[in-house]
Amino acid sequence: MSKWHFVTDGFVKNNPTFVLVLGMCPTLATTTSALNGLEMGLATMFVLILSNIVISLIAPMVPDKVRIPVYITVIATFVTVLQLLMQAFTPAAYETLGLFIPLIVVNCIVLGRAEGFANKHKVGESALDGIGVGLGFTISLTVIGIVREILGSGSVFGWKFIPGDGILAFVMAPGAFLVMGYLMVLFNKYLAKK
Amino acid sequence: MAAASTLKNMALCLSAVCLICSAVVGAAYVVTANPIAEAAQAKTTASIAAVLPAFEGTPEQGNIQVDGVDYTYYKADDAGYAIISTTSGFGGALTLMVGINDDGEIHNTTVLSHSETPGLGAKCTTDEHFMAQFRGFDPDEKSLLVKKDGGDLDAITASTITSRAYAKAVANAVAVYQKLKEGGDDDE
Repeated sequence: MSKWHFVTDGFVKNNPTFVLVLGMCPTLATTTSALNGLEMGLATMFVLILSNIVISLIAPMVPDKVRIPVYITVIATFVTVLQLLMQAFTPAAYETLGLFIPLIVVNCIVLGRAEGFANKHKVGESALDGIGVGLGFTISLTVIGIVREILGSGSVFGWKFIPGDGILAFVMAPGAFLVMGYLMVLFNKYLAKK
Repeated sequence: MAAASTLKNMALCLSAVCLICSAVVGAAYVVTANPIAEAAQAKTTASIAAVLPAFEGTPEQGNIQVDGVDYTYYKADDAGYAIISTTSGFGGALTLMVGINDDGEIHNTTVLSHSETPGLGAKCTTDEHFMAQFRGFDPDEKSLLVKKDGGDLDAITASTITSRAYAKAVANAVAVYQKLKEGGDDDE
């Protein structure tokens, strides 16, 4: 059987944002524009893939009772490395996302995949799962970002096509909940039809 | 299958994981320390260049205390001073870099960091009409207050608190500049 379903499951059946509804804090807070959503998604995907790979490798050697502390340490290590790399090479992105990068450590998606998938599967499968779920998260965040940016600022990826101010509420928290809610309805309606 | 959860196994496993992880983080720090410093330096240099007239050489960094508050400033030869000034805006600290030329006129201002409301106060980084008011502003002739407070500055629509904070930050920078000028004369 093909292993591709490990990837596709991640962004349709197990879509972290619209189906599992995990990682809501960065989802709602960083999707003020398409670019911010995309950057946050990619940052999370980086951590997810690497932590999935390492955790699936070390899982057989880790005693059950210290499982969670070990996983969190591994995840925190990758997040710190990511933070340093972003500070060094993409300072602008680091500045916009700021606090939300260290918060990836406690993102339920990352620990959820470690605990629920990587420690029961082989390295290759875990890597594919990381790519799938990471892509699912990235695409969801980017879509929310695109909708909020169009409604809130009249632009997409910074390219302005509606002059003027746009609907301010969509840049702020209430708009995040509204867009999130409607997209979730649409996504699940589409899934139910299939 | 997972190793048995004996005390020895758990201690060994946790220590090994922590040791390896610290080594990885340490290595990442060593590799990125220079690029991070360079990126921060590049940002400061770019901000100084944005707020001062063209100058030669590297600006000299200094610190000064005015009214019990510490300020960092950069002195560029033949151009003036770039002063970092922080006030409290609507959403938190609002930090500006204010460039004042040798005639005591404000050359330009730029926002270094802020946490103002997106779409309202955050416009202090994009509102061309608001920012243009500070260019060539002579604090001896005009008052650094928004019109609502009897000054000469148009506030950003619906963001008076941010505009006030911005004006206050610039006014503080002017005070720093005046103190620097007095002090500077003594040195020479």
